[in-house]
Amino acid sequence: MNFDLADQADKFVMLLGGLVAFVVLVGGLLLVLDVIPTKLAERREARLAAAADAGVPIAPGAARGREGWLALGFLAPALLLLSIGLIFPAIRTTVLSFMNGDSTRWVGFDNYTWMFGQPDIQNVLLNTLVWVLVVPTLAATIGLLYAIMVDKARGEAVAKALIFLPMAISFVGASIIWKFVYAYRSGEQDQIGLLNQIVVWFGGEPRQWLLEEGFKLNTLLLIVIMIWIQAGFAMVILSAAIKAIPAEIVEAAKIDGTNAWQMFWRITLPAIRAALIVVVVTITIATLKVFDIVRTMTNGNYDTSVIANEMYNQSFRYGETGHGSALAVFLFVLVIPIVIFQIRNIRKQRSEA
Amino acid sequence: MAVKSRPRQALAVATALGLVLTAAACGGGDDENSAGTGDCSTYEAYKHDGTEVSIYASIRDAEADLLEQSWAEFSECTGIAINYEGSGEFEAQLQVRVDGGNAPDIAFIPQPGLIKRFADSGKLKAVSAETKTQAEANYSADWLKYATVNGQLYGAPFGSNVKSFVWYSPKTFTEKGYKVPTTWDELIALSDQIAGAGEKPWCAGIESGDATGWPATDWIEDVMLRTQTPEVYDQWVNHEIPFNDPKVAEAVDRAGTILKNDKYVNGGFGDSKSISTTAFQEGGLPILEGKCTLHRQASFYANQWPEGTKVAEDGDVYAFYFPAIDAAGGKPILGAGEFTVAFADRPEVQAVQTYLASGEHANARAKLGNWVSANKKLDINNVQNPIDKLSVGILQDASTVFRFDGSDLMPASVGAGTFWKGMVDWINGGKDTAGTLKYIEDSWPK
Repeated sequence: MNFDLADQADKFVMLLGGLVAFVVLVGGLLLVLDVIPTKLAERREARLAAAADAGVPIAPGAARGREGWLALGFLAPALLLLSIGLIFPAIRTTVLSFMNGDSTRWVGFDNYTWMFGQPDIQNVLLNTLVWVLVVPTLAATIGLLYAIMVDKARGEAVAKALIFLPMAISFVGASIIWKFVYAYRSGEQDQIGLLNQIVVWFGGEPRQWLLEEGFKLNTLLLIVIMIWIQAGFAMVILSAAIKAIPAEIVEAAKIDGTNAWQMFWRITLPAIRAALIVVVVTITIATLKVFDIVRTMTNGNYDTSVIANEMYNQSFRYGETGHGSALAVFLFVLVIPIVIFQIRNIRKQRSEA
Repeated sequence: MAVKSRPRQALAVATALGLVLTAAACGGGDDENSAGTGDCSTYEAYKHDGTEVSIYASIRDAEADLLEQSWAEFSECTGIAINYEGSGEFEAQLQVRVDGGNAPDIAFIPQPGLIKRFADSGKLKAVSAETKTQAEANYSADWLKYATVNGQLYGAPFGSNVKSFVWYSPKTFTEKGYKVPTTWDELIALSDQIAGAGEKPWCAGIESGDATGWPATDWIEDVMLRTQTPEVYDQWVNHEIPFNDPKVAEAVDRAGTILKNDKYVNGGFGDSKSISTTAFQEGGLPILEGKCTLHRQASFYANQWPEGTKVAEDGDVYAFYFPAIDAAGGKPILGAGEFTVAFADRPEVQAVQTYLASGEHANARAKLGNWVSANKKLDINNVQNPIDKLSVGILQDASTVFRFDGSDLMPASVGAGTFWKGMVDWINGGKDTAGTLKYIEDSWPK
């Protein structure tokens, strides 16, 4: 199939039209919301000045009411989009989770009892738990250790770039790379998988890694991929935080004769606490939603499924909207405490600052 | 809408092709089924100038191009522009599009279970009287049953495939003096003979992305049709007997005597567990390297052989009928196919649906290659490759006991969910036969 640019002209025109519409709409909105308040403010100042000249006091409430409307004007587009894209679907999903597969009948809590009653869904929940416990902990730890190790070392930029690179690859791309790492060929053939080749070099038998369900080995092997991607993210944020520690403090600590161990626990860690929390929270939320890796690597077979993958399968492939919605609601409930924790944390920092 | 240019391009190709085909047809002195005459009079009844019909299906790439060519002339003569879109995520995305109020006019759905779901929820339009007449004239009642919900016909069958085939290499067979087995006992005897020589007779692969497991369900269904009567098979598919009925367990265990036998599988890939991680597309390829001898897979596996492989009775690869266990039960055949269902009932949509059910389209499409259909008007001389010819012959044979792929008839949460998953666990040794069947039975929607 050859691509004829002229043939696609009408698509480009449509694209251009879309862009123009966007500029006109958003630009116009910004203009209106910027120009009007400025004008209003000018007029108010003029009025205030006139009133001051005349010696008549003006009630402050009138101006504030108008500002409230203005704030609403600014917020309205965002609120509208949020409610269309987020709030309404969240309510709808919750409602659907109390209905049957094709959303025609109320079933009460059946979908939730199904979720906690089915052995293979229990296994899905357990897998998600393993993911959430392991990924943020290891990714943050590895990122932190790496950041400290390469800090002010020679070739720091290159070392950092190396571990940051996986961040730039999509989850699906990363999964395909790792699929080759875990690939299996029987003993008598040449191995194409890196891991099995190493095993063979050491005289072992090649194994079908993704089928190894014992000790959740296959799930852990999938987790490695997520860590591989996220450690770079953790490293970048933490490295920036380390560099932001005031030099005087480090200096003073050195003069006081701290060793590396004390330096880490007493100085570095408390100083980057806020950044560390951001990293852990972000990675935790990303891990709860993990979907691409599992879908690409095993599609949830061999007992490796996680909530997001099961949710997609139930809703869209099996037509069991009720089951899928219940899983979605459960995932939502899991994320809420983390978000609350993060908000409180930010508030606390703000009041400390 | 902005996509008029591509069909026009395809049209040029198709017209050229049509001319060549006409020439060929005239040379043969055969002017029946002359779907490429450039003569628009055939399409008079379908005319709806300046209208558009959208079609959505899972058929992609080269096969999609052939489809577009097959209706190019129809499109030109009737003035109905057909916008075809194929997607690898068809099953999931169709649901999303229908829910989102963005349903295609026509979809080619390969799962009767899915047709029933859409029909029950009132999304599908029953076919017009013309389509019904056309479908009833061209397809057997068996086939029409699959697209009939609550007594209403929702679509005509379209493309099909035959699954009860065992692929082999005629060359190897001649070299080693093997004979094509015609009974189950001969098949097992042949397997033992090959295994006795220290080779792996069978190869198999059931990995298929997010559809992993389906080739194993075909195995079970094919064996089920051989150990039980077609009536019991129907009961099983309709959940009139439980999924873990002893009759089903017997069929699964019998399939296991081949699939889970490390002496028999998995030639070229490893032990029997490697079946679950071997891509179905690659599953049979070791036959070419002599690493295995037999591979049970559908007629469409013909497309998987590398370019230059001769698919013929005297070629590099060919397929024989997966033998019946009890010859008295006739020749049971497992197969599948798509159905053309409509989400809209505008006259031009009905016209396209009627045309797709006609013998004219089936022949026009067959002439382009790679096509099997149960359409009775399909002239076997128009079918291109030998395995397709064999399949069409079997489908048109009145003595064939045909049954549709069971997992496609079951509710999606079983047929495309736990049945697939269960088979993966079963191959893997994660669950035994009883455990697997109970797991699937428990998941059947109440």
